[in-house]
Amino acid sequence: MVTETSMTDSSAYVAFDGVQKSYDGKTLVVKDLNLKIEKGEFVTMLGPSGSGKTTCLMMLAGFETATHGQILLDGVSINNIPPHKRGIGMVFQNYALFPHMTVGENLSFPLEVRGMDKSTRQDKVQRALDMVRMGEFGSRRPAQLSGGQQQRIAVARALVFDAELVLMDEPLGALDKQLREEMQYEIKRIHENLGVTVVYVTHDQSEALTMSDRIAVFDDGRIQQLAGPSELYEKPETSFVAQFIGENNKFTGRVEELVGDVAHVSVGDTTIKALAVNCGGKGDLSQLSIRPERVTIGELGDNVVDAKVCELIYLGDHIRCRLDVLGNDEFVVKVPNASNQKVPEVGGETSISWSTQDCRALDHAEVAA
Amino acid sequence: MTTELEDGPILTADDKPLSVALRKALFRQKMRALMLIAPLLLFVLITFVWPIIGMLFRSVDNSVVPETLPKTVAAMESWSPTGPTDTPPEAVYAAFAADMQVAADERTHTVVGGRLNYETPGIASKFRQLGREVKGWDLENDGPFKEKLIAEDEAWGELFIWETIKTYSGGYTTGYYASSVDRRLTSEGVVARDADEAIYLRLFWRTILMSLIITCMCALLGYPIAWMLSNTLDRYANLLLILVLLPFWTSLLVRTSAWKVLLQEQGVINSTLESIGIIDSPLPLMYNQFGTIVAMTHILLPFMILPMYSVMKTIPPSYLRAAKSLGANDITAFRRVYFPQSVPGIGAGAILTFILSIGYYITPEIVGGSTGIFISNRIAYNISSTLNWGLAAALGGMLLIMVMVLYWIYDRVVGIDNVKLG
Amino acid sequence: MTENLKRIFALLALITTMGLLASACGSSDADTDAGASTDDAGDDAASDDAGDDAGSDDAGDDEDAMEDEGDDEAAPASDGDALTLVSWGGAYQTSQQNAYSDPYTEATGQEFIWDESSADAVAKLRAMNEAGNITWDLVDVVGADAIRLCDEGLAMEIDFDTMLAEGDDGSSATEDFGDYLVSDCFIPQIVYSTTVGFRDDLVGDDAPTDICALFDTDKYPGKRALESRPLNNMEWALLCDGVAKADIYDVLATEEGQDQAIAKLDTIKDDIVFWSAGADTPQLLADGEVVMGSTYNGRLFSAIEEDGQPISMLWDAQMFDFDGWIIPAGLPQDRLDKVLDFVFFATDTQRLADQSQWISYGPARASSAPLVGKHADLGIDMAQHMPTDPANAENIFVTQYDFWSDYRDDIDAKYQSWLAG
Repeated sequence: MVTETSMTDSSAYVAFDGVQKSYDGKTLVVKDLNLKIEKGEFVTMLGPSGSGKTTCLMMLAGFETATHGQILLDGVSINNIPPHKRGIGMVFQNYALFPHMTVGENLSFPLEVRGMDKSTRQDKVQRALDMVRMGEFGSRRPAQLSGGQQQRIAVARALVFDAELVLMDEPLGALDKQLREEMQYEIKRIHENLGVTVVYVTHDQSEALTMSDRIAVFDDGRIQQLAGPSELYEKPETSFVAQFIGENNKFTGRVEELVGDVAHVSVGDTTIKALAVNCGGKGDLSQLSIRPERVTIGELGDNVVDAKVCELIYLGDHIRCRLDVLGNDEFVVKVPNASNQKVPEVGGETSISWSTQDCRALDHAEVAA
Repeated sequence: MTTELEDGPILTADDKPLSVALRKALFRQKMRALMLIAPLLLFVLITFVWPIIGMLFRSVDNSVVPETLPKTVAAMESWSPTGPTDTPPEAVYAAFAADMQVAADERTHTVVGGRLNYETPGIASKFRQLGREVKGWDLENDGPFKEKLIAEDEAWGELFIWETIKTYSGGYTTGYYASSVDRRLTSEGVVARDADEAIYLRLFWRTILMSLIITCMCALLGYPIAWMLSNTLDRYANLLLILVLLPFWTSLLVRTSAWKVLLQEQGVINSTLESIGIIDSPLPLMYNQFGTIVAMTHILLPFMILPMYSVMKTIPPSYLRAAKSLGANDITAFRRVYFPQSVPGIGAGAILTFILSIGYYITPEIVGGSTGIFISNRIAYNISSTLNWGLAAALGGMLLIMVMVLYWIYDRVVGIDNVKLG
Repeated sequence: MTENLKRIFALLALITTMGLLASACGSSDADTDAGASTDDAGDDAASDDAGDDAGSDDAGDDEDAMEDEGDDEAAPASDGDALTLVSWGGAYQTSQQNAYSDPYTEATGQEFIWDESSADAVAKLRAMNEAGNITWDLVDVVGADAIRLCDEGLAMEIDFDTMLAEGDDGSSATEDFGDYLVSDCFIPQIVYSTTVGFRDDLVGDDAPTDICALFDTDKYPGKRALESRPLNNMEWALLCDGVAKADIYDVLATEEGQDQAIAKLDTIKDDIVFWSAGADTPQLLADGEVVMGSTYNGRLFSAIEEDGQPISMLWDAQMFDFDGWIIPAGLPQDRLDKVLDFVFFATDTQRLADQSQWISYGPARASSAPLVGKHADLGIDMAQHMPTDPANAENIFVTQYDFWSDYRDDIDAKYQSWLAG
């Protein structure tokens, strides 16, 4: 198939090159996927269910075949390599620990099939258990462990045979919130200690933001945006990403004119100035996106509009104000609970403002995610 | 209720011991549950437990001899034969004549004759003939009865009838069980039957062996089907399941007879093979063990597939994927990961199939000929043909014991907890 | 969900319909075969003869089959008016209905319920007796079963001369039935025989004329159908092994004699197909599975005369046996009176002769023989098809009931041991 010489870009450790996938021959669940992952990177595939992210992971693991395109691992096409020869570690959604084996046997299994002798196996198993702080649990059965413990074992098993690439398919989905956060740091720690490459699939954006070096946001079989957590949050490039990551205020308007990188967008009778990111040309519909924490009460920014206060929610460190702004009564502003902050009253009128740089004119999506 | 945890007995709010209150509450619950299952319990007791007890009782019951010949049995107590010509004294003959006269009036002399004839051939007709004569005898004046009986038939002057009566004079006997393992109860104890009369041990052994073969065949053939069932899309799985269950909609007799049509000498298989020149003369495919194994494997297959399917259905496909991601090839992944988890299904199916096949009757009867029959065919034969119900009960008892022993062995080897029916 | 369910039900319905069609098409074959298991007890001698219209025969087989599966008694309870008669089903029962019960119903209005359980009559009567609830009024059994029922006290003793009609020649019932009164409880109806039939087209030009053709596999190669119980087979084996006919039962009473008979049978064991139901052999002959085989003469008559099969009959060394009524012991007086009245009517000279219009079994009364006429449907003269016809009865055996009641268990053990080996 593809040899070293025919490689166009051999620097990436994992590369999806024009990959498409269809199950029924009629619709594509993955549409033209291109993605490069560097060695040692922690990349998360984030998206709603049905967006194609798990299918991508399964194609990488070898459990699904790509309908079209190449998947490269360390510069070599792995399209025709069966899963058991890919040497990729994997953590499954429900851990898939073998119930008829002890924890130790579960960990020893990948070493056995690789023909390692017994003492080597014992060493490696113990090291892997220690790594996930489960050194004492080698002789237990999976059913005797809690969810979090099973999770650790699943991670240890994916790493015990020195896999350099580890795939994780919503590994924390079955855990409660507190345990989930604990395990996020645990996985992050292991990733940093071992320097393995991790491809992580989740639909939980906070999990993605916490752990990842880069995040690929999936929707409708495509990567909408691939960027680091801060960039993804601060500078969403499509209305889907803006909506999917974090909280977002939006207006729909029509582009009146483009002045440099600033778009003048009319929303009703008002014209709002926004950063022209992905708004097409004059006359096109555009969705404006502003983060709630970038809006201030009072007339301080480039854009000032009137608002009517609908609801106040006291949250300790800040107060959440729901406002009616330009006909959008879902507009949210986070007012810091500072001593000098003036807090409006419910039913009262006030002015709010934001800077042009914080308001992004994006594509107009018919249906918000 | 109280939540205090002290060393002394915990008391409820109104100072009754908590354990008593709990037992009371649970008792009411249990009684309600018992009421719900009462109809089933009664049904099982009446239709299952009671007949089994009845069967076990019948397999040792010998009351017909002491009840029909009470005086003879009493008179015989002090007599035991010292040699091959040592017939009982006149007292025994007289008692026997008296018993026979009563028995002949009540027409029970032939019943006891039939009973003793199971053990020693030739007794039935002697009792029947004597019954006709004895009615007219005067017990006071017609003695001595030894001479009178011997004059009637020389057989009464020989030892074998008296020995048989003596051996079977108790209300209970192990004789049926002895017969069921090709032994014979005699005055000298239990002796083996002649080799040319031995049949039951061989049949027990054959029944077990063939049932094992059938069970293995079912497991081998059923496993892939169960796997397919549990790993295809639901709508195909439903269709497949219907195909698996299809045989249940046809009468067992019709299915077995269909095999007869296929397997007989001029049957479909033989004539096809002959017409395409693979064989010159028809293969013996039925009226032997082969025919029984083929037909019963087909008939029992669903009983193997369904438990396996219900277990395999619970094994998530992610286990196999996990095994492969860990570096196991398809065979290793199956052998080390999937197969061990499907063992409970195989165990359940195997127990079900084996126990069903060990008691099978109709199919071996039709296609088994003389060498492919099971012990149940002999039980049926003894019930309806020779009417030796005691022996039939003993054979049934042996079968019951056998199944229990096998169950025990299975429990020791595999562990009954490892059996899942769903 | 509902869509799925609907689809499944539609499929179920379709498959059921297909199954019904398939079984309807294959019914004749399958049902005849199914008969194999019905009366495995063996003693079904004169049982349901083949050769009547398929409908009633099939129904009979099916019912028996169901009973075998369920192992349950389906005996209808005697209600106040109707009498429950037990017989073999099939053509034989039809002949009884035509000759006995229909005329009686016409004359008296008495109704009858028929139960086709004769094959298991002894076991079932014993079970009824133990349960204390006898639901049968009159039971048709073979002679051997009658003796056993009488021995067990399950059948009523009959005073032949007062309970049965005189012969129309004026002879007393005892004289008229003569030797056929094999038990005190048994009212004979017919004489039937177990004899050998062979396929004309499979035995070559030199068709067999005596019983020993069974053992001559050189001259008549191919399979033979023999009954899976020792009766008849043992006698034939000894006869063909050179034992004089008069000595056969004396020899058979000894160990050596039994071994000799089994050894003779063993010479053709690989060529034997064993049957247990009367319907088996005609079917095996029709299918060409065997070249010859033993069965009841009535079944061979049906196969030859009614079905036109290329089969011939060997009357040589045919084994006579009797079939008749027994009355269960312990019937209440009112029922007993009704039964006795019916029996008096049904066993007189004319009725017994009438029965032979529908079946090729000989009437048990000597006085009936001259009255045997033509077959009701085929119009052929029935006398020459009777086992008792002098031309057919040149060399006969008569079943030795006393001998078999003594030695059956013993010989059976050896025979079955040999079979299973």
